[in-house]
Amino acid sequence: MRARLIRTWGVLALPLIAIALSVLVGSLVILASEWLVAGELKPGLAIDAYAALVDGSVGSERAIINTLTASVPLLLGGLAVGLAFKGGLFNIGVQGQFMMGALGAVAVGVQLRESPAVVAIPVSLLAGMACGAAWGFIPGFLKAVAGAHEVVTTIMLNFIALAVLAAAVNGPLTVQGSVSPITPDVGNASLLILFGRNGHIGIIYAPIMAILYGFLLFRTTRGFEIRIAGSSPDAARYAGMSPRRLIIWTMSVSGMLGGMAGATDLLGVSHQMASSYGTTVGFDAIAIALLGRTNPIGIVFAALLFGALRTGSASMQIQAGVPADLVGVLQATILFFLVASPVLKRLFRLKSVESGIEETSTFTSTYGGEASIR
Amino acid sequence: MTSDAPAVRAPALEMRGITKRYPGVVANDAIDLDIRPGEIHALLGENGAGKTTLMNILYGLARPDAGQILLDGKEVTITGPSDAIARGINMVHQHFMLVPVLTVAENIVLGDESMTAGIFLDRTEADRRIIELGERFGFELDPDAKVGSLSVGWQQRVEILKALYRDAKILVLDEPTAVLTPQETQEIFEVLRRLAAEGHSIVFISHKLYEVLEIADRITVIRRGEVVGERIPSETNEEDLAELMVGREVSLTADRGTSHPGESALHIEGLFVKDDRGQGAVRGIDLDIRAGEILGIAGVAGNGQDELVEAIVGLRKPTAGRVTLEGNDITGQKTRDVYGAGVAYVPADRHRFGLVLSFSIADNLVLTSYHREPYSRGMLRNDAEIKRMADERIKEFDIRATSAEAKAATLSGGNQQKVVIAREFARDLKLLVLDQPTRGLDVGSVEFIHRQVIAKRDAGTAVMLVSAELDEVLELSDRIAVIYEGRLVAIRDGRTADKNEIGILMATGGRERSSGKGGTAA
Repeated sequence: MRARLIRTWGVLALPLIAIALSVLVGSLVILASEWLVAGELKPGLAIDAYAALVDGSVGSERAIINTLTASVPLLLGGLAVGLAFKGGLFNIGVQGQFMMGALGAVAVGVQLRESPAVVAIPVSLLAGMACGAAWGFIPGFLKAVAGAHEVVTTIMLNFIALAVLAAAVNGPLTVQGSVSPITPDVGNASLLILFGRNGHIGIIYAPIMAILYGFLLFRTTRGFEIRIAGSSPDAARYAGMSPRRLIIWTMSVSGMLGGMAGATDLLGVSHQMASSYGTTVGFDAIAIALLGRTNPIGIVFAALLFGALRTGSASMQIQAGVPADLVGVLQATILFFLVASPVLKRLFRLKSVESGIEETSTFTSTYGGEASIR
Repeated sequence: MTSDAPAVRAPALEMRGITKRYPGVVANDAIDLDIRPGEIHALLGENGAGKTTLMNILYGLARPDAGQILLDGKEVTITGPSDAIARGINMVHQHFMLVPVLTVAENIVLGDESMTAGIFLDRTEADRRIIELGERFGFELDPDAKVGSLSVGWQQRVEILKALYRDAKILVLDEPTAVLTPQETQEIFEVLRRLAAEGHSIVFISHKLYEVLEIADRITVIRRGEVVGERIPSETNEEDLAELMVGREVSLTADRGTSHPGESALHIEGLFVKDDRGQGAVRGIDLDIRAGEILGIAGVAGNGQDELVEAIVGLRKPTAGRVTLEGNDITGQKTRDVYGAGVAYVPADRHRFGLVLSFSIADNLVLTSYHREPYSRGMLRNDAEIKRMADERIKEFDIRATSAEAKAATLSGGNQQKVVIAREFARDLKLLVLDQPTRGLDVGSVEFIHRQVIAKRDAGTAVMLVSAELDEVLELSDRIAVIYEGRLVAIRDGRTADKNEIGILMATGGRERSSGKGGTAA
């Protein structure tokens, strides 16, 4: 029992400390900016701001549904990044895979907008997932064949995705005669609403994807291969696994999850795509995967936290007068403290805590420090 | 037990009642150790006996829970490696801490701020002292040579020189001969003797009994964190030391029995393999290993052994030549298919290749068989079966672990290697490729692994044993092939081979370049 508690603490300590510290830093930022702008110190303001943040995210049934809805793409994106981390890959291209997923979903969804929902929804969703998978396959393939680093290629593909999206929305997908370029509504391909006004079915299937993620990694032979290749590429080669095939496979599935996040956002929330369509899910997903330590349950909670922050930020701005951008500060400081985990460990004398987060070392050392693939 | 001769000189270093506990283990239990000036003092013990902990305490890397350290009779607290170095304690690690692209002089002054004149390195002064020190101790090193271009033996001298350069009074050498040929070992012993004669104290950590007997003035044996005895070489022998170390009688020479070689199992013809840099590493090897025979490959590390082995198991594509297993061509096949054809491979670097340290023992036990029945069912892992097998192997191979779920990183070196052996030896095999199977292991584990290898041979498996430990090759092999610069320069009968001759062949390649093909087993 005691040993178990220690183990649980060992896993939870760093994320919890990172969150606590970022709340502290956030308070300082609130107080300092108020002092600089208004010239007076209002110590209660930070508490007011956080109270409004909590109230706006979980204070009412509607708030909770909004938080859950906002968490869905974050969860799927977090799983995408997490899977790649497990395989020793840093997929910084979830952003682009999200965009392509949304684009694939809207392209197909618009065609099926009059078809029965039973057909329109799954087909559009699958189309988005396929586009995301293709967008993940490309960097995986390039790395396996030419050794091109996935950090570089996925970042470049993010920009290409943006351009492809703009071209499609301005061109073939646009509604004739509208003032600004925008696609038609996806109609029957819109995700079913199960809760409140916008609690769509993604609230059900995203957690199922988290379960499948855990099942894949810990119950299947493929998951074992991914984890071995991620921890020790040399041992994977020795064991007769094929690192090239694993890289392509992992990046494709990771991209598929990123695409699913985009398709869900489009089919579930925006229902149509303007050329200004954008998101920060792809980048938030990196922080979520790290905060959740690539563990499926951890990623669920991290996504809920980030979803709540997003949802509550508006109330915070209205009720406490603190800019919603503070949430960005909070998310960034969480990420900062996670990456600085070795420093945190020393500072807090966390002896029982697992030595560093493996994923953070992929995060911090993967760029440039390339292990050769033969 | 101890020598009756009174200690002529006061100890340069005294460790009294050193105790260090880690959760669940007492790594050092009231250890007393004294090192006299000008003495070569050997510290002998199995892996995990507490030698490293003791030396880490001395070097300031760990704090003792109890006990005192006295230097020249005065009690000191050592706060860290730089403090230890300032007090004249230096360590030469088993894995050299040198930067290969820097020169000898640069490596030596690295991290030594005292040699800077203002903000610049005083290189001429450094060079002068390096040459002077080298001359004094009988080895001349070119300060401008790149360390990467030096042989392992000379790199070690750079490490020693680095310590001397810092005015080391006490020099700790951790398994210094593990990477050397017999000739190089003799040379380094000569250096150590000169150092001792000049009044330096040397702590020599080793598990090679005959070396300890040869070089040490006194020997302290540690077992399970306690000092179990102190010996003078003239009053002891290998059997006595081994028994002290392990706590029971051990047989030092593997009883290899008689081999009954059958048909040729592995046949290699005209094999050429390149290394990572594209240089020819294996340059025309022909070789036959018969079923039920152990063929030892002796050679100084870096003469193509790694590439040869990797080419056989499919981790590296040969540029020319053929490898056949019982007549079936396996040249350039995928590693998994080679394993599937009945080959098992124990890699030299168990931390990098053989194990995934952050994974459980059970996971490591299926590292090369997870995809096969019964450990998988379709695409799923069969965790129940994996667990059952792991518990069985842990018992069968006497792997000391808290449970099958414990991480491989928590095991001692010997037990880690037993995991690899348990995994690879469990199948029916045609060919077993062993690369440095006992490197860095204690006597007990070595004995165990040697018995397993012989058992495998007797079961009709062809065994290829690559080892830098010439004694191991001599002890186990039915035939010995000497590899030099990517070629087999000689094949000798394992029972009649002369250690000196093999050592010279390893170091020079000899004159003749015999093809090494065929040959008869004893």
